[in-house]
Amino acid sequence: MTHQSASSAQPLSALPDARGRFGPYGGRFVPETLMRALVELEREYSAARSDPQFQRELDGLLSSFVGRPSPIYYARRLSEIAGGAQIWFKREDLNHTGAHKINNTLGQALLTLRMGKTRVIAETGAGQHGVATATACAHFGLPCVVYMGAEDVRRQRPNVFSMKLLGAEVRPVHSGSKTLRDAVNEALRDWMASVETTHYIIGSAIGPHPFPMMVRDFQSVIGKEARQQSLELWGRLPDVVVACVGGGSNAAGMFYPFIDDDEVRLVGVEAGGLSPRPGEHASPLTHGQPGVLHGSFSYVMQDEDGQTSPVHSVSAGLDYPGVGPEHAYWRDVGRVEYTECPDDKALSAFDLVAKTEGILPALESSHAIAKAMELAATLPKEKVVMVCLSGRGDKDAAEIARLRGEEY
Amino acid sequence: MSAIDDRFRELRDAGKKAFIPFVTAGDPSLQATAAVLETLARAGAAIAEVGIPYSDPIADGPVIQASYTRALDSGFRLQQLWPMIAGVQSRLGAMPLVSMVSYSIIQRLGSDQFLQQALEAGFSGAIVPDLLLEEGNQLREKCRQRDFSLIHLVTPTTPRERMLQIAQASTGFLYFVSVTGITGERDGLSAELLKQVEWLREQTDVPICVGFGISRPEHVRQLRDVADGVIVGSAIVRRLAESATPEEGVAKVGQLAGELIAALE
Repeated sequence: MTHQSASSAQPLSALPDARGRFGPYGGRFVPETLMRALVELEREYSAARSDPQFQRELDGLLSSFVGRPSPIYYARRLSEIAGGAQIWFKREDLNHTGAHKINNTLGQALLTLRMGKTRVIAETGAGQHGVATATACAHFGLPCVVYMGAEDVRRQRPNVFSMKLLGAEVRPVHSGSKTLRDAVNEALRDWMASVETTHYIIGSAIGPHPFPMMVRDFQSVIGKEARQQSLELWGRLPDVVVACVGGGSNAAGMFYPFIDDDEVRLVGVEAGGLSPRPGEHASPLTHGQPGVLHGSFSYVMQDEDGQTSPVHSVSAGLDYPGVGPEHAYWRDVGRVEYTECPDDKALSAFDLVAKTEGILPALESSHAIAKAMELAATLPKEKVVMVCLSGRGDKDAAEIARLRGEEY
Repeated sequence: MSAIDDRFRELRDAGKKAFIPFVTAGDPSLQATAAVLETLARAGAAIAEVGIPYSDPIADGPVIQASYTRALDSGFRLQQLWPMIAGVQSRLGAMPLVSMVSYSIIQRLGSDQFLQQALEAGFSGAIVPDLLLEEGNQLREKCRQRDFSLIHLVTPTTPRERMLQIAQASTGFLYFVSVTGITGERDGLSAELLKQVEWLREQTDVPICVGFGISRPEHVRQLRDVADGVIVGSAIVRRLAESATPEEGVAKVGQLAGELIAALE
């Protein structure tokens, strides 16, 4: 018995529907100016998806340029400390540019060329998507502008410089909360004015249809590989799969290939921040309610007037008041469990993984690792908990030093 | 039929075009917004748009976005907007009010609740810039039942066939966005735009009003022969923002309105 969408007999993997809806979530809530571009994108993506030439080109790049497949790795010492099930990492941190983001940007950059567009824009939070977009654009010779909240520019300096080295222009965004949410606003505004020549490479599984579906599909290489690697290694699937959820792209890509495998427990981990009090976390699936933000209907942190509420996370990549619409639906139908991990536990997990495994995990991924350890502790040794280690943590070193009051 | 339909019928009968100013509610204060609306009504504005501040306005340019941020920072709440609108109605003569409101706000409040409160306060319609034709069926039906105009937008990137569908769905008037992009002031209007408006004018009976980037008498003169009205936003909001006192801002807006209305004649 597989999980099915509430309204039909289709498996969850068949979503979204033709209107870009995952149950009630998703859709398109954008100005009319963008409609033509979204229709064009949907058409081109649909054609590319079933074009073997496009897939071959993308697969070739993922192999020779990104270094895929990324391995799965048994975190032996971490598992011993957790005491219980085996913890395995899906090593997206080993990808070129150090995170899962490149899987999506290469796919969308190829689409940009296919659509005959000559310029790329992107938003970035932690900077990983910005670097991955700048990288794809450098590879294909496309000019690239990356919008980044001024607060994120401050806490993710190394990535800002990398983007510049790769030839991209980084535009700091000083409006609103000066974080990822404001960077998305600015990128959308740019796109409104430049839509005829420009493609907007959204970095997460958010935004108007077809973005959530497309980003999920490009990221699904993570889960497809993990599934295959599990079957090859153990002849069975992992018992639990864990991923962090900001906008939700690594989680969507990790979970989607397992979504119809009911025996696999899927756990998404949001940023619990300082506390569950309003403004002190970034966990819309845990504490928010359905609403419209950045072009789609999903869970969001907003006040009773519909104004987006401030959010907080120690990790820039999770510091976002919304979440992808497919996660909203997976939450409501109960297929994926969503939970949160506070800043301090994520920071402890970062430390522990660094010292016991010799890996600096991204602070985003550290949220998932902390939760995976808790889950592993409740399970016997023969069980497997697989975590999407979505990125490397070098980018966070300076911010961690600052938080500890140490020299960097 | 809403008050907006009545207004356009009167204007058409008199051979006149509509001047439709936009003001942000609560910038710099709700009292100032009421004073601006009064001044605009006195100056002869046909209809006024009242922008409801939203935290993440993607269709708006920097001037209006900044005004939304200022209003929210100074504590703007929806529950204070309704009484201000209700209170100023009697001083606006025959000038109907249209709210410019993000769908995020309507969704959060619930469309029934939003429509009830907006109608009770005295709004005659709404422009929902992030609600596409395809997503608007339910709200459109609810508006129709209440004689509340739901004004849709077309843009230069909208294919012609789609323009016709949107024109057919739009009530009150149709908002023709003059440029591909966000709101804000511009140097000139393109000949292509004027041709598009002219074409659409022949296809539909719904009044067509052009907005985004309209700030000068020469823009208005270019449009008066092809459109039923012009919408002016950023130029007004900027005058309020750049004034030392609300009184000075209201005076400047009154002067601008006078100049633009004269250019429509």
